[in-house]
Amino acid sequence: MKMVTAIIKPFKLDDVREALSEIGVQGITVTEVKGFGRQKGHTELYRGAEYVVDFLPKVKIEAAVSEDSVEQVIDAITKSANTGKIGDGKIFVHSLEQVIRIRTGETGQDAL
Amino acid sequence: MRFNRRQKGKTSMIIPKYQWVMKGLLIAVIAGLPSLTFAEDTLSAGDTAWMLTATALVLFMTIPGLSLFYAGMVRSKNVLSVLMQCFAITSLMTVLWVLYLYSLAFTDGGAMNAFIGGLDKAFLAGISVDTLKGTIPETVFLTFQMTFVIITPALIVGAFAERMKFSAMLVFMALWATLVYAPICHWVWGGGWLGDYGVLDFAGGTVVHINAGIAGLVAALMLGKRKGYPQVAMPPHNLTYTVIGASMLWVGWFGFNAGSQLAADGVAGMAMAVTQIATASAALAWMLSEWVSHGKPSALGIASGAVAGLVAITPASGYVGPMGALAIGAAAGVGCFLAATKVKRAFGYDDSLDVFGVHAVGGIIGAILTGVFAATTLGGAGFGEGNTTMGAQVIAQLIGVVATIGFTAIMSVIILKVIDVIIGLRVDEEQETEGLDMALHDERGYIL
Repeated sequence: MKMVTAIIKPFKLDDVREALSEIGVQGITVTEVKGFGRQKGHTELYRGAEYVVDFLPKVKIEAAVSEDSVEQVIDAITKSANTGKIGDGKIFVHSLEQVIRIRTGETGQDAL
Repeated sequence: MRFNRRQKGKTSMIIPKYQWVMKGLLIAVIAGLPSLTFAEDTLSAGDTAWMLTATALVLFMTIPGLSLFYAGMVRSKNVLSVLMQCFAITSLMTVLWVLYLYSLAFTDGGAMNAFIGGLDKAFLAGISVDTLKGTIPETVFLTFQMTFVIITPALIVGAFAERMKFSAMLVFMALWATLVYAPICHWVWGGGWLGDYGVLDFAGGTVVHINAGIAGLVAALMLGKRKGYPQVAMPPHNLTYTVIGASMLWVGWFGFNAGSQLAADGVAGMAMAVTQIATASAALAWMLSEWVSHGKPSALGIASGAVAGLVAITPASGYVGPMGALAIGAAAGVGCFLAATKVKRAFGYDDSLDVFGVHAVGGIIGAILTGVFAATTLGGAGFGEGNTTMGAQVIAQLIGVVATIGFTAIMSVIILKVIDVIIGLRVDEEQETEGLDMALHDERGYIL
C-alpha cells in the first residue's frame, strides 16, 4: 500500500477530485496549507509600500491507495493539476505499513 | 466664506436679499413703521432645514466616516485605538467649543480682531432659541462650525497612528484647537486678516486641510517612525473598513461643502455639483496613476483618490464651475498619489496614513487652483474682494497657504515639545509591539 501526498494549486482541487473518483479512488483527505517553492511568494502594494508575502496558499491532498493503482493515481493527479506554469505543486509517494477501518476493524487492502 | 461673503454681498446673494427687503417694506407699510433693519435677521426655514441636515452630514464624516477610513489602514492590534481617538476628539472638541473656542473663533476680538476673537460668547453666553446668525438660528451655525473643529484634529490622528500615548493625544488636541485652529478659523471666517485679504476658501482648504496636514507632518516627524518602519510589513488590516469610510466621507462632504454656503441656494447647489465632479475625477486619476506605474488598479488607491479630490475641491467649491472641478480633481488625484506613494518613500518619514500626502498636498493644490478656476472666463464665480486678475488672486491664495503652513508648523512644534517634556508623546516599545488596544485600553478589537 502507498500513501500519495500531493501539493496542488487550490483552484485545481475540484479537477483533481474528479479525476481521482473516475479511477476509483475511494477517499481523500484535503488540507489547506501554505508554503513556498520555486514560485516564491507574491507582492502586495499599499500606497506605494510593497510587501513580499513569502508563503502562498496551496492545497494538500492525501490518498491511501493499493500498490498496483499508484501509477494510475499519480497519472490522474499530474494530468488534472497541471497548468504548465511554475507553482503547480509536487506529488510525494510513501510506503504505507498498515490501514485499519475503525468501524469494522478490517485491516490492510480490505480497509482501503 | 460664509458671513464675509454674505455681508459683502456678491451679485448672486443680492437677489434673495431683495426679497426680504421687499417683504420688510410690505410689513413696514402695513404696520406704518419706517423699519427695514430687521430684514437681515429673518429666519429662513429653507436655509435652516438644509443647515440642520448639513450639520449632521459633517458629523457623519468624522464618526463613523473618517474613523473607519483610518481604522482599516492600521494593523488589527491598533484598530480600537484609532476609533477611540476619533470618538474622544469628537467629544472633547464639542465641550471646548461651547466653553470658549466658538467665541474665540467667531466673535469680535476688539484690538486683536485681525488675529483672534474675544470671549463675549464664552459658555455660549447670550445665545438662545431666538438668536439668529444671518437667516439661520445661531445654535445651528455654532453646531455646524463645531463639526469642523471636530474633524480637523481627527484628521491629524492618521499621522501618528499606532504609537502615540492617548493622554498626550488628548492634551495635544485641546491645546492645538485653542492655539492653532481657533485663530486660523478666525483669520479666514471670523473677520480676521486673511478674510480681508480676499483669500478664497469656501469650505476650509486652509483652516481644515492644510492646517491638519501640516500639523500631522510635524507630529509624524517629532514622534518618529513606528518601530520597524519601513522594513517590517505593516499592511492595512481591513481595507473593507477603509472603503466604507471613504464612501461615508464622500457622502458627508456634501454637508461640508454645500453647507458652507449657509443657505439653500444656487451657490450651495453648484458647490454640491462640483464636489461630486472633482471627487470622481480625482478617484479615477489616482486609480489610473497606480495602474500605469504599478500595473494594477487598487481599491485603496481609488478610495484615497476620492478623498484627495474631496480635499482639493473644498476651498474651491463655492467659486468654481464644473469644468474647473474636473481639472482640480485630476490634479489632486495625481499630485496626492505622488506625495503619498513616492515622496513619502523618498524622504522616509512615517506619516502613517498619509495625512500630509492627502490633506496638506490636496489642500494646497485646491487652494492655489481656486485662484485660477474662480475666473469667470474659466466658468468660475469671480475673484475675491480686491483682486482683479488671476495673478493677484493666486498670490492671495499663496499668502493664505503660506501663512497657514507657517503658523500651524511653528505652533505644533512648540505644543508637541512641551507635551513631550511633561508627559511624553510616545508609548514605550513594549506597548507599541503589543498594540495600543491592549496596552492603553485593555481590550481587543477582534475576539475571534
